Amino acid sequence: MTAVLDAKGLCKSFGAVTAAAEVSAAIEKDSVVGLIGTNGAGKTTFINMVTGYLKPDRGEIRYEGRDITRLPPREITRLGICRSFQIPQLYGSLSVFDNMLVGLGIVLRNAGLAGYFSRGNVWDTRAVPGFERPAHEVAEHLLARFGLLADRARNAQVLPGGARKLLDIALTMAAKPRVLLLDEPTSGVSAAEKFGIMQMVLDGARAEGATVLFVEHDMEVVSRFAQRVLAFYDGRIIADAAPQAALQDPQVKRYVVGNRA
Amino acid sequence: MRFWIAGTFAALALASLWLPQWMLFIMTVAIARGLVVLGLLLLLRAGLVSFGQALYYCIGAYSAGALGRFFGISDIFLEMLAGAVLAGATAFVLGFLLARYRGIFFGLLSLALSMILYGLLVKTEALGSTDGFNIARSTLFGARPDEDWVRYAVLVASAAVAALAALLVHRYLQTPLGRLAPAIKDNEIRVEYMGASARQAVHVKYVIAATLAGVGGALAATTVGHIDPEMAYWTSSGEFIFIAILAGTGNVLAPFAGALVYGAIHTMAYDLSPNTWQMSLGVSLLLLIVFLPEGLFGRLRFR
Repeated sequence: MTAVLDAKGLCKSFGAVTAAAEVSAAIEKDSVVGLIGTNGAGKTTFINMVTGYLKPDRGEIRYEGRDITRLPPREITRLGICRSFQIPQLYGSLSVFDNMLVGLGIVLRNAGLAGYFSRGNVWDTRAVPGFERPAHEVAEHLLARFGLLADRARNAQVLPGGARKLLDIALTMAAKPRVLLLDEPTSGVSAAEKFGIMQMVLDGARAEGATVLFVEHDMEVVSRFAQRVLAFYDGRIIADAAPQAALQDPQVKRYVVGNRA
Repeated sequence: MRFWIAGTFAALALASLWLPQWMLFIMTVAIARGLVVLGLLLLLRAGLVSFGQALYYCIGAYSAGALGRFFGISDIFLEMLAGAVLAGATAFVLGFLLARYRGIFFGLLSLALSMILYGLLVKTEALGSTDGFNIARSTLFGARPDEDWVRYAVLVASAAVAALAALLVHRYLQTPLGRLAPAIKDNEIRVEYMGASARQAVHVKYVIAATLAGVGGALAATTVGHIDPEMAYWTSSGEFIFIAILAGTGNVLAPFAGALVYGAIHTMAYDLSPNTWQMSLGVSLLLLIVFLPEGLFGRLRFR
Protein backbone atom coordinates (compact mmCIF):
# COMPACT_ATOMS: atom_id res chain seq x y z
CA MET A 1 0.00 0.00 0.00
CA THR A 2 1.26 3.45 -0.83
CA ALA A 3 0.69 6.56 1.26
CA VAL A 4 -1.57 8.97 -0.59
CA LEU A 5 -1.23 11.57 2.14
CA ASP A 6 1.92 11.91 4.21
CA ALA A 7 2.21 14.39 7.09
CA LYS A 8 5.58 14.72 8.80
CA GLY A 9 6.34 16.56 12.04
CA LEU A 10 3.51 19.07 11.88
CA CYS A 11 3.66 21.74 14.57
CA LYS A 12 1.21 24.52 15.16
CA SER A 13 0.65 26.73 18.15
CA PHE A 14 -1.71 29.60 18.83
CA GLY A 15 0.10 31.70 21.40
CA ALA A 16 0.62 29.45 24.41
CA VAL A 17 -1.76 26.78 23.12
CA THR A 18 -0.12 23.94 21.23
CA ALA A 19 -2.62 22.57 18.72
CA ALA A 20 -0.16 20.26 16.98
CA ALA A 21 3.15 18.97 18.32
CA GLU A 22 5.10 16.80 15.91
CA VAL A 23 2.06 15.22 14.32
CA SER A 24 3.03 12.63 11.73
CA ALA A 25 0.73 10.25 9.87
CA ALA A 26 0.90 8.42 6.57
CA ILE A 27 -2.54 7.66 5.12
CA GLU A 28 -2.81 4.72 2.76
CA LYS A 29 -4.79 4.88 -0.43
CA ASP A 30 -8.42 3.66 -0.21
CA SER A 31 -8.30 3.43 3.59
CA VAL A 32 -10.94 4.73 6.01
CA VAL A 33 -9.34 6.47 8.96
CA GLY A 34 -11.11 7.71 12.08
CA LEU A 35 -9.70 10.67 14.01
CA ILE A 36 -10.69 10.64 17.67
CA GLY A 37 -9.90 12.78 20.68
CA THR A 38 -11.50 15.23 23.08
CA ASN A 39 -12.32 18.79 22.06
CA GLY A 40 -9.12 20.76 21.62
CA ALA A 41 -7.02 17.64 21.07
CA GLY A 42 -5.95 18.78 17.58
CA LYS A 43 -8.16 16.81 15.19
CA THR A 44 -9.65 19.77 13.38
CA THR A 45 -6.29 21.57 13.42
CA PHE A 46 -4.87 18.55 11.59
CA ILE A 47 -7.65 18.75 8.97
CA ASN A 48 -7.21 22.50 8.71
CA MET A 49 -3.50 22.10 8.05
CA VAL A 50 -3.99 19.36 5.46
CA THR A 51 -6.56 21.46 3.57
CA GLY A 52 -4.55 24.66 3.70
CA TYR A 53 -6.75 26.70 6.04
CA LEU A 54 -3.90 26.82 8.54
CA LYS A 55 -0.21 26.84 7.68
CA PRO A 56 1.84 24.65 10.04
CA ASP A 57 4.68 26.38 11.91
CA ARG A 58 6.91 23.45 11.02
CA GLY A 59 6.67 20.15 9.19
CA GLU A 60 5.45 19.20 5.75
CA ILE A 61 2.47 17.56 4.09
CA ARG A 62 2.84 15.55 0.91
CA TYR A 63 0.02 14.44 -1.33
CA GLU A 64 1.01 11.69 -3.76
CA GLY A 65 4.59 12.75 -3.24
CA ARG A 66 3.94 16.42 -3.91
CA ASP A 67 4.57 19.05 -1.22
CA ILE A 68 1.27 20.84 -0.54
CA THR A 69 2.20 22.45 2.78
CA ARG A 70 2.00 26.07 1.63
CA LEU A 71 -0.77 25.83 -0.95
CA PRO A 72 -4.04 27.79 -0.45
CA PRO A 73 -7.28 25.81 0.13
CA ARG A 74 -8.58 26.20 -3.43
CA GLU A 75 -5.41 24.69 -4.94
CA ILE A 76 -5.45 21.80 -2.49
CA THR A 77 -9.13 21.23 -3.34
CA ARG A 78 -8.27 21.24 -7.04
CA LEU A 79 -5.73 18.49 -6.41
CA GLY A 80 -8.52 16.32 -4.99
CA ILE A 81 -8.27 16.85 -1.22
CA CYS A 82 -11.76 17.98 -0.25
CA ARG A 83 -13.38 18.57 3.11
CA SER A 84 -16.73 18.88 4.76
CA PHE A 85 -17.29 21.03 7.83
CA GLN A 86 -18.42 20.48 11.38
CA ILE A 87 -20.72 23.46 10.95
CA PRO A 88 -22.11 23.03 7.40
CA GLN A 89 -20.79 25.63 4.98
CA LEU A 90 -23.54 26.15 2.44
CA TYR A 91 -24.82 28.87 0.14
CA GLY A 92 -27.75 29.77 2.38
CA SER A 93 -29.75 31.93 0.00
CA LEU A 94 -29.62 29.38 -2.84
CA SER A 95 -31.78 26.31 -3.32
CA VAL A 96 -30.34 22.89 -2.58
CA PHE A 97 -30.10 22.20 -6.31
CA ASP A 98 -28.37 25.52 -7.02
CA ASN A 99 -25.89 24.81 -4.24
CA MET A 100 -24.86 21.72 -6.16
CA LEU A 101 -24.86 23.51 -9.50
CA VAL A 102 -22.58 26.30 -8.25
CA GLY A 103 -20.22 23.65 -6.93
CA LEU A 104 -20.23 21.71 -10.19
CA GLY A 105 -19.66 24.94 -12.11
CA ILE A 106 -16.44 25.46 -10.20
CA VAL A 107 -15.34 21.91 -10.93
CA LEU A 108 -16.12 22.48 -14.59
CA ARG A 109 -14.10 25.70 -14.68
CA ASN A 110 -11.17 24.09 -12.96
CA ALA A 111 -11.20 21.30 -15.52
CA GLY A 112 -10.74 24.07 -18.10
CA LEU A 113 -14.04 23.17 -19.73
CA ALA A 114 -16.30 26.11 -18.89
CA GLY A 115 -16.14 28.97 -21.29
CA TYR A 116 -17.53 32.27 -20.11
CA PHE A 117 -20.59 31.53 -22.17
CA SER A 118 -21.60 28.03 -21.21
CA ARG A 119 -25.16 28.30 -19.97
CA GLY A 120 -27.47 27.55 -17.10
CA ASN A 121 -28.58 24.00 -16.60
CA VAL A 122 -27.04 22.74 -19.79
CA TRP A 123 -23.47 22.90 -18.52
CA ASP A 124 -21.82 19.91 -20.00
CA THR A 125 -19.73 18.12 -17.41
CA ARG A 126 -19.50 14.97 -19.51
CA ALA A 127 -15.96 15.79 -20.58
CA VAL A 128 -14.77 16.06 -16.96
CA PRO A 129 -13.06 12.77 -16.10
CA GLY A 130 -15.38 10.68 -13.97
CA PHE A 131 -18.63 12.52 -14.58
CA GLU A 132 -20.02 11.09 -17.83
CA ARG A 133 -23.19 13.15 -17.58
CA PRO A 134 -24.33 16.78 -17.72
CA ALA A 135 -24.19 18.93 -14.59
CA HIS A 136 -27.86 18.80 -13.65
CA GLU A 137 -27.84 15.01 -13.77
CA VAL A 138 -24.70 14.82 -11.65
CA ALA A 139 -26.39 17.16 -9.15
CA GLU A 140 -29.54 15.04 -9.07
CA HIS A 141 -27.51 11.87 -8.74
CA LEU A 142 -25.58 13.21 -5.73
CA LEU A 143 -28.72 14.62 -4.11
CA ALA A 144 -30.48 11.30 -4.58
CA ARG A 145 -27.56 9.45 -3.01
CA PHE A 146 -27.84 11.61 0.11
CA GLY A 147 -31.63 11.52 0.20
CA LEU A 148 -31.99 15.22 -0.58
CA LEU A 149 -33.78 15.07 -3.91
CA ALA A 150 -37.15 15.91 -2.36
CA ASP A 151 -35.62 19.08 -0.89
CA ARG A 152 -34.03 20.23 -4.12
CA ALA A 153 -36.09 23.41 -4.45
CA ARG A 154 -35.82 24.44 -0.79
CA ASN A 155 -33.45 27.13 0.39
CA ALA A 156 -30.37 25.70 2.04
CA GLN A 157 -30.78 27.86 5.13
CA VAL A 158 -34.21 26.48 6.00
CA LEU A 159 -33.12 22.83 5.92
CA PRO A 160 -33.08 20.89 9.20
CA GLY A 161 -29.67 20.22 10.76
CA GLY A 162 -29.20 16.69 9.48
CA ALA A 163 -30.06 17.65 5.91
CA ARG A 164 -27.68 20.63 6.06
CA LYS A 165 -24.95 18.25 7.11
CA LEU A 166 -25.70 15.92 4.21
CA LEU A 167 -25.80 18.77 1.72
CA ASP A 168 -22.42 19.93 3.00
CA ILE A 169 -21.05 16.44 2.33
CA ALA A 170 -22.80 16.20 -1.05
CA LEU A 171 -21.18 19.51 -2.05
CA THR A 172 -17.81 18.16 -1.00
CA MET A 173 -18.44 15.05 -3.09
CA ALA A 174 -19.24 17.24 -6.11
CA ALA A 175 -15.65 18.46 -6.07
CA LYS A 176 -14.50 14.94 -7.02
CA PRO A 177 -12.47 14.13 -3.91
CA ARG A 178 -9.67 11.61 -3.99
CA VAL A 179 -9.04 12.25 -0.33
CA LEU A 180 -12.17 13.11 1.63
CA LEU A 181 -11.85 14.76 5.04
CA LEU A 182 -15.05 14.79 7.07
CA ASP A 183 -15.15 16.96 10.17
CA GLU A 184 -17.69 15.34 12.50
CA PRO A 185 -20.08 14.12 9.79
CA THR A 186 -22.56 12.80 12.37
CA SER A 187 -22.52 15.58 14.97
CA GLY A 188 -25.93 17.13 15.42
CA VAL A 189 -27.53 14.07 13.84
CA SER A 190 -29.84 11.86 15.88
CA ALA A 191 -28.32 8.63 17.20
CA ALA A 192 -30.71 6.59 15.07
CA GLU A 193 -29.49 8.23 11.86
CA LYS A 194 -25.74 8.13 12.53
CA PHE A 195 -25.02 4.70 11.10
CA GLY A 196 -27.17 5.29 8.07
CA ILE A 197 -25.43 8.54 7.26
CA MET A 198 -21.95 7.10 7.68
CA GLN A 199 -22.89 4.15 5.49
CA MET A 200 -24.23 6.52 2.82
CA VAL A 201 -21.11 8.69 2.89
CA LEU A 202 -18.69 5.77 2.81
CA ASP A 203 -20.59 4.04 0.00
CA GLY A 204 -20.37 7.29 -1.94
CA ALA A 205 -16.68 7.67 -1.24
CA ARG A 206 -16.02 4.08 -2.26
CA ALA A 207 -17.93 4.58 -5.50
CA GLU A 208 -15.69 7.57 -6.25
CA GLY A 209 -12.56 5.72 -5.16
CA ALA A 210 -11.80 8.24 -2.42
CA THR A 211 -9.67 7.75 0.66
CA VAL A 212 -11.57 8.89 3.78
CA LEU A 213 -10.53 10.56 7.02
CA PHE A 214 -13.30 11.36 9.47
CA VAL A 215 -13.44 13.04 12.85
CA GLU A 216 -15.85 11.29 15.19
CA HIS A 217 -16.82 11.31 18.86
CA ASP A 218 -19.11 8.28 18.85
CA MET A 219 -16.87 5.26 19.46
CA GLU A 220 -19.51 2.87 18.12
CA VAL A 221 -19.40 4.66 14.79
CA VAL A 222 -15.61 4.62 14.85
CA SER A 223 -15.26 0.93 15.62
CA ARG A 224 -17.85 0.02 13.02
CA PHE A 225 -16.59 2.10 10.08
CA ALA A 226 -12.91 2.94 10.57
CA GLN A 227 -10.18 0.58 9.42
CA ARG A 228 -7.63 2.56 11.37
CA VAL A 229 -7.81 5.04 14.22
CA LEU A 230 -5.64 8.04 15.01
CA ALA A 231 -6.19 9.15 18.61
CA PHE A 232 -5.29 12.76 19.39
CA TYR A 233 -4.49 14.20 22.78
CA ASP A 234 -2.97 17.59 23.54
CA GLY A 235 -1.80 18.14 19.98
CA ARG A 236 -0.14 14.75 19.66
CA ILE A 237 -1.13 11.40 18.20
CA ILE A 238 -1.15 9.02 21.17
CA ALA A 239 -2.36 5.93 19.32
CA ASP A 240 -2.35 4.80 15.71
CA ALA A 241 -3.83 1.34 15.24
CA ALA A 242 -6.82 -0.70 14.12
CA PRO A 243 -10.02 0.37 15.99
CA GLN A 244 -10.19 -2.50 18.48
CA ALA A 245 -6.53 -2.19 19.44
CA ALA A 246 -6.65 1.59 19.59
CA LEU A 247 -9.77 1.71 21.75
CA GLN A 248 -8.20 -0.78 24.19
CA ASP A 249 -5.01 1.30 24.48
CA PRO A 250 -4.71 2.47 28.11
CA GLN A 251 -3.78 6.02 27.14
CA VAL A 252 -6.72 6.24 24.75
CA LYS A 253 -9.01 4.84 27.42
CA ARG A 254 -7.79 7.41 29.87
CA TYR A 255 -7.61 10.53 27.68
CA VAL A 256 -10.10 9.93 24.90
CA VAL A 257 -12.79 7.41 25.73
CA GLY A 258 -12.94 8.61 29.30
CA ASN A 259 -13.50 5.46 31.34
CA ARG A 260 -10.52 4.87 33.62
CA ALA A 261 -10.65 1.10 33.46
CA MET B 1 -35.31 36.57 -21.64
CA ARG B 2 -33.34 37.21 -24.84
CA PHE B 3 -36.60 37.96 -26.56
CA TRP B 4 -37.63 40.35 -23.79
CA ILE B 5 -34.34 42.24 -23.91
CA ALA B 6 -34.27 42.63 -27.68
CA GLY B 7 -38.00 43.36 -27.79
CA THR B 8 -37.93 45.99 -25.06
CA PHE B 9 -35.15 48.02 -26.61
CA ALA B 10 -36.54 47.65 -30.14
CA ALA B 11 -39.95 48.84 -28.92
CA LEU B 12 -38.27 51.73 -27.11
CA ALA B 13 -36.44 52.81 -30.26
CA LEU B 14 -39.58 52.53 -32.34
CA ALA B 15 -41.87 54.34 -29.86
CA SER B 16 -39.36 57.17 -29.65
CA LEU B 17 -40.22 58.19 -33.20
CA TRP B 18 -43.32 59.86 -31.75
CA LEU B 19 -41.73 61.33 -28.64
CA PRO B 20 -40.72 64.98 -28.17
CA GLN B 21 -37.02 65.92 -28.14
CA TRP B 22 -36.85 66.52 -24.38
CA MET B 23 -38.14 63.02 -23.70
CA LEU B 24 -35.57 61.51 -26.04
CA PHE B 25 -32.95 63.29 -23.99
CA ILE B 26 -34.30 61.93 -20.70
CA MET B 27 -34.47 58.43 -22.13
CA THR B 28 -30.93 58.47 -23.47
CA VAL B 29 -29.58 59.71 -20.16
CA ALA B 30 -31.59 56.94 -18.47
CA ILE B 31 -29.95 54.34 -20.72
CA ALA B 32 -26.53 55.77 -19.88
CA ARG B 33 -27.26 55.53 -16.15
CA GLY B 34 -28.86 52.11 -16.67
CA LEU B 35 -25.57 50.81 -18.10
CA VAL B 36 -23.72 51.91 -14.98
CA VAL B 37 -26.36 50.32 -12.74
CA LEU B 38 -26.22 47.10 -14.81
CA GLY B 39 -22.58 46.84 -13.76
CA LEU B 40 -23.53 47.66 -10.18
CA LEU B 41 -26.03 44.77 -10.30
CA LEU B 42 -23.18 42.32 -10.86
CA LEU B 43 -21.35 43.63 -7.80
CA LEU B 44 -24.48 43.84 -5.64
CA ARG B 45 -25.36 40.23 -6.38
CA ALA B 46 -21.96 39.27 -5.02
CA GLY B 47 -22.73 41.34 -1.90
CA LEU B 48 -20.46 44.25 -2.82
CA VAL B 49 -21.73 47.83 -2.69
CA SER B 50 -19.51 50.14 -4.69
CA PHE B 51 -19.86 53.78 -3.63
CA GLY B 52 -17.49 54.70 -6.41
CA GLN B 53 -18.93 53.72 -9.79
CA ALA B 54 -18.81 57.43 -10.64
CA LEU B 55 -15.06 56.95 -11.06
CA TYR B 56 -15.62 54.86 -14.18
CA TYR B 57 -18.61 56.90 -15.30
CA CYS B 58 -16.35 59.95 -15.24
CA ILE B 59 -13.44 58.16 -16.93
CA GLY B 60 -15.82 57.12 -19.70
CA ALA B 61 -17.09 60.67 -20.09
CA TYR B 62 -13.61 62.22 -20.19
CA SER B 63 -12.40 59.53 -22.62
CA ALA B 64 -15.20 60.54 -24.98
CA GLY B 65 -14.43 64.21 -24.38
CA ALA B 66 -10.72 63.74 -24.96
CA LEU B 67 -11.38 62.01 -28.29
CA GLY B 68 -13.17 65.11 -29.52
CA ARG B 69 -10.93 67.69 -27.88
CA PHE B 70 -7.59 66.23 -28.89
CA PHE B 71 -8.31 64.07 -31.96
CA GLY B 72 -11.43 65.67 -33.42
CA ILE B 73 -13.35 62.38 -33.24
CA SER B 74 -17.05 62.59 -32.39
CA ASP B 75 -18.30 59.16 -33.48
CA ILE B 76 -20.61 57.90 -30.74
CA PHE B 77 -19.48 54.28 -31.05
CA LEU B 78 -15.80 55.17 -30.90
CA GLU B 79 -16.53 57.36 -27.88
CA MET B 80 -18.26 54.49 -26.09
CA LEU B 81 -15.46 52.12 -27.06
CA ALA B 82 -12.83 54.50 -25.70
CA GLY B 83 -14.82 54.90 -22.47
CA ALA B 84 -15.16 51.14 -22.10
CA VAL B 85 -11.48 50.42 -22.74
CA LEU B 86 -10.11 53.13 -20.45
CA ALA B 87 -12.53 52.38 -17.62
CA GLY B 88 -11.98 48.63 -17.96
CA ALA B 89 -8.18 49.00 -17.99
CA THR B 90 -8.26 51.26 -14.92
CA ALA B 91 -10.49 48.78 -13.10
CA PHE B 92 -8.20 45.92 -14.04
CA VAL B 93 -5.30 47.65 -12.27
CA LEU B 94 -7.30 48.94 -9.27
CA GLY B 95 -9.07 45.58 -9.03
CA PHE B 96 -5.94 43.93 -7.67
CA LEU B 97 -6.38 46.15 -4.61
CA LEU B 98 -10.17 46.28 -4.36
CA ALA B 99 -10.88 42.57 -4.87
CA ARG B 100 -9.21 41.96 -1.51
CA TYR B 101 -11.84 43.91 0.39
CA ARG B 102 -15.47 43.26 1.30
CA GLY B 103 -18.32 45.13 2.91
CA ILE B 104 -17.80 48.67 4.13
CA PHE B 105 -14.07 48.58 3.27
CA PHE B 106 -14.81 47.84 -0.37
CA GLY B 107 -17.46 50.56 -0.44
CA LEU B 108 -15.36 53.29 1.13
CA LEU B 109 -12.22 52.42 -0.80
CA SER B 110 -14.12 52.68 -4.08
CA LEU B 111 -15.56 56.00 -2.92
CA ALA B 112 -12.09 57.29 -2.03
CA LEU B 113 -10.74 56.38 -5.47
CA SER B 114 -13.52 58.26 -7.24
CA MET B 115 -12.89 61.32 -5.07
CA ILE B 116 -9.20 61.19 -6.01
CA LEU B 117 -10.17 61.46 -9.67
CA TYR B 118 -12.51 64.34 -8.78
CA GLY B 119 -9.64 66.10 -7.02
CA LEU B 120 -7.28 65.56 -9.97
CA LEU B 121 -9.78 66.83 -12.55
CA VAL B 122 -10.60 69.95 -10.53
CA LYS B 123 -6.88 70.85 -10.61
CA THR B 124 -6.30 70.03 -14.29
CA GLU B 125 -6.47 73.19 -16.42
CA ALA B 126 -6.00 71.29 -19.68
CA LEU B 127 -9.32 69.52 -19.08
CA GLY B 128 -11.19 72.63 -18.06
CA SER B 129 -10.76 72.34 -14.30
CA THR B 130 -14.07 72.74 -12.40
CA ASP B 131 -15.86 74.02 -15.53
CA GLY B 132 -15.12 70.95 -17.62
CA PHE B 133 -15.64 71.38 -21.35
CA ASN B 134 -18.16 70.94 -24.14
CA ILE B 135 -18.35 68.00 -26.51
CA ALA B 136 -19.22 68.29 -30.18
CA ARG B 137 -22.49 66.79 -31.39
CA SER B 138 -22.28 63.05 -32.04
CA THR B 139 -21.77 61.49 -35.44
CA LEU B 140 -22.58 57.87 -36.34
CA PHE B 141 -20.11 55.94 -38.51
CA GLY B 142 -18.83 59.26 -39.85
CA ALA B 143 -22.30 60.50 -40.83
CA ARG B 144 -23.68 63.63 -39.22
CA PRO B 145 -27.44 63.25 -38.75
CA ASP B 146 -29.74 66.10 -39.55
CA GLU B 147 -30.26 68.57 -36.66
CA ASP B 148 -33.74 67.27 -35.84
CA TRP B 149 -32.62 63.66 -35.89
CA VAL B 150 -29.46 63.75 -33.77
CA ARG B 151 -31.23 62.96 -30.52
CA TYR B 152 -33.19 60.14 -32.11
CA ALA B 153 -30.11 58.65 -33.76
CA VAL B 154 -28.22 58.79 -30.46
CA LEU B 155 -31.13 57.12 -28.68
CA VAL B 156 -31.30 54.28 -31.21
CA ALA B 157 -27.54 53.76 -31.04
CA SER B 158 -27.59 53.70 -27.24
CA ALA B 159 -30.59 51.36 -27.17
CA ALA B 160 -28.69 48.97 -29.41
CA VAL B 161 -25.60 49.10 -27.21
CA ALA B 162 -27.71 48.71 -24.04
CA ALA B 163 -29.53 45.71 -25.53
CA LEU B 164 -26.20 44.09 -26.37
CA ALA B 165 -24.85 44.81 -22.88
CA ALA B 166 -27.98 43.43 -21.21
CA LEU B 167 -27.82 40.27 -23.34
CA LEU B 168 -24.17 39.69 -22.54
CA VAL B 169 -24.65 40.28 -18.81
CA HIS B 170 -27.71 38.00 -18.77
CA ARG B 171 -25.67 35.29 -20.44
CA TYR B 172 -22.73 35.88 -18.15
CA LEU B 173 -24.97 35.42 -15.10
CA GLN B 174 -25.73 31.88 -16.28
CA THR B 175 -22.11 30.84 -16.66
CA PRO B 176 -20.30 29.04 -13.84
CA LEU B 177 -18.38 32.24 -13.09
CA GLY B 178 -21.53 34.37 -13.13
CA ARG B 179 -23.32 31.95 -10.84
CA LEU B 180 -20.58 32.40 -8.27
CA ALA B 181 -21.96 35.85 -7.39
CA PRO B 182 -24.59 34.79 -4.82
CA ALA B 183 -22.23 32.06 -3.61
CA ILE B 184 -19.59 34.67 -2.81
CA LYS B 185 -22.21 36.74 -1.01
CA ASP B 186 -23.34 33.71 1.00
CA ASN B 187 -20.18 31.85 1.87
CA GLU B 188 -16.68 32.57 0.62
CA ILE B 189 -15.19 29.74 2.66
CA ARG B 190 -17.26 27.23 0.71
CA VAL B 191 -16.31 28.89 -2.58
CA GLU B 192 -12.62 28.45 -1.76
CA TYR B 193 -13.18 24.88 -0.58
CA MET B 194 -14.88 23.99 -3.85
CA GLY B 195 -11.68 25.08 -5.59
CA ALA B 196 -12.49 28.59 -6.84
CA SER B 197 -10.88 31.92 -6.09
CA ALA B 198 -13.44 34.38 -4.75
CA ARG B 199 -10.97 37.21 -5.22
CA GLN B 200 -10.49 36.43 -8.89
CA ALA B 201 -14.24 36.21 -9.44
CA VAL B 202 -14.76 39.58 -7.74
CA HIS B 203 -11.97 41.07 -9.86
CA VAL B 204 -13.66 39.92 -13.07
CA LYS B 205 -17.01 41.34 -11.95
CA TYR B 206 -15.36 44.62 -10.96
CA VAL B 207 -13.80 45.01 -14.41
CA ILE B 208 -17.07 44.20 -16.20
CA ALA B 209 -18.93 46.70 -13.99
CA ALA B 210 -16.34 49.40 -14.69
CA THR B 211 -16.45 48.75 -18.43
CA LEU B 212 -20.22 49.18 -18.44
CA ALA B 213 -19.89 52.37 -16.38
CA GLY B 214 -17.33 53.65 -18.90
CA VAL B 215 -19.75 53.08 -21.78
CA GLY B 216 -22.50 54.80 -19.77
CA GLY B 217 -20.26 57.77 -19.02
CA ALA B 218 -19.26 58.23 -22.66
CA LEU B 219 -22.90 58.03 -23.70
CA ALA B 220 -23.96 60.57 -21.07
CA ALA B 221 -21.16 62.90 -22.17
CA THR B 222 -22.13 62.91 -25.81
CA THR B 223 -25.84 63.21 -24.98
CA VAL B 224 -25.51 66.11 -22.56
CA GLY B 225 -22.78 67.75 -24.64
CA HIS B 226 -20.85 68.85 -21.59
CA ILE B 227 -18.67 67.15 -19.00
CA ASP B 228 -17.26 68.34 -15.69
CA PRO B 229 -15.60 66.81 -12.60
CA GLU B 230 -18.97 66.55 -10.82
CA MET B 231 -19.44 63.29 -12.72
CA ALA B 232 -16.86 61.71 -10.41
CA TYR B 233 -18.28 63.28 -7.24
CA TRP B 234 -19.64 60.89 -4.61
CA THR B 235 -23.21 62.11 -5.01
CA SER B 236 -23.03 60.81 -8.56
CA SER B 237 -22.12 57.32 -7.25
CA GLY B 238 -24.99 57.70 -4.79
CA GLU B 239 -27.40 58.24 -7.67
CA PHE B 240 -26.41 54.90 -9.18
CA ILE B 241 -26.95 53.08 -5.91
CA PHE B 242 -30.27 54.87 -5.53
CA ILE B 243 -31.34 53.57 -8.92
CA ALA B 244 -30.14 50.06 -8.11
CA ILE B 245 -32.21 49.99 -4.91
CA LEU B 246 -35.18 51.55 -6.70
CA ALA B 247 -35.05 49.02 -9.52
CA GLY B 248 -33.88 45.87 -7.76
CA THR B 249 -31.26 43.44 -8.99
CA GLY B 250 -33.53 40.56 -10.03
CA ASN B 251 -33.06 40.87 -13.79
CA VAL B 252 -30.96 42.77 -16.34
CA LEU B 253 -33.78 45.01 -17.56
CA ALA B 254 -34.46 46.40 -14.08
CA PRO B 255 -31.50 48.85 -14.12
CA PHE B 256 -32.78 50.55 -17.27
CA ALA B 257 -36.38 50.68 -16.11
CA GLY B 258 -35.15 51.97 -12.76
CA ALA B 259 -33.06 54.68 -14.37
CA LEU B 260 -36.08 55.81 -16.36
CA VAL B 261 -38.27 55.99 -13.25
CA TYR B 262 -35.49 57.82 -11.44
CA GLY B 263 -35.29 60.33 -14.30
CA ALA B 264 -39.05 60.82 -14.14
CA ILE B 265 -39.11 61.30 -10.34
CA HIS B 266 -36.15 63.65 -10.58
CA THR B 267 -37.75 65.75 -13.36
CA MET B 268 -41.15 65.91 -11.68
CA ALA B 269 -39.74 66.66 -8.26
CA TYR B 270 -37.65 69.46 -9.69
CA ASP B 271 -40.66 70.81 -11.52
CA LEU B 272 -42.94 70.74 -8.45
CA SER B 273 -40.49 72.05 -5.87
CA PRO B 274 -37.20 73.31 -7.30
CA ASN B 275 -35.75 74.04 -3.86
CA THR B 276 -36.62 70.80 -2.09
CA TRP B 277 -36.48 68.21 -4.88
CA GLN B 278 -33.99 66.10 -2.95
CA MET B 279 -36.66 65.65 -0.27
CA SER B 280 -39.03 64.06 -2.79
CA LEU B 281 -36.30 61.64 -3.83
CA GLY B 282 -35.60 60.82 -0.21
CA VAL B 283 -39.25 60.16 0.57
CA SER B 284 -39.69 57.93 -2.45
CA LEU B 285 -36.60 55.92 -1.47
CA LEU B 286 -37.94 55.58 2.05
CA LEU B 287 -41.32 54.32 0.85
CA LEU B 288 -39.61 51.89 -1.46
CA ILE B 289 -37.34 50.38 1.17
CA VAL B 290 -40.29 49.89 3.50
CA PHE B 291 -42.85 48.56 1.02
CA LEU B 292 -40.81 47.08 -1.84
CA PRO B 293 -37.45 45.98 -0.47
CA GLU B 294 -36.70 44.02 -3.63
CA GLY B 295 -37.15 47.10 -5.78
CA LEU B 296 -39.77 48.04 -8.34
CA PHE B 297 -38.69 45.45 -10.88
CA GLY B 298 -36.60 43.06 -8.82
CA ARG B 299 -39.31 40.43 -8.55
CA LEU B 300 -40.10 40.27 -12.25
CA ARG B 301 -38.97 37.06 -13.91
CA PHE B 302 -38.89 36.69 -17.65
CA ARG B 303 -39.20 33.41 -19.46
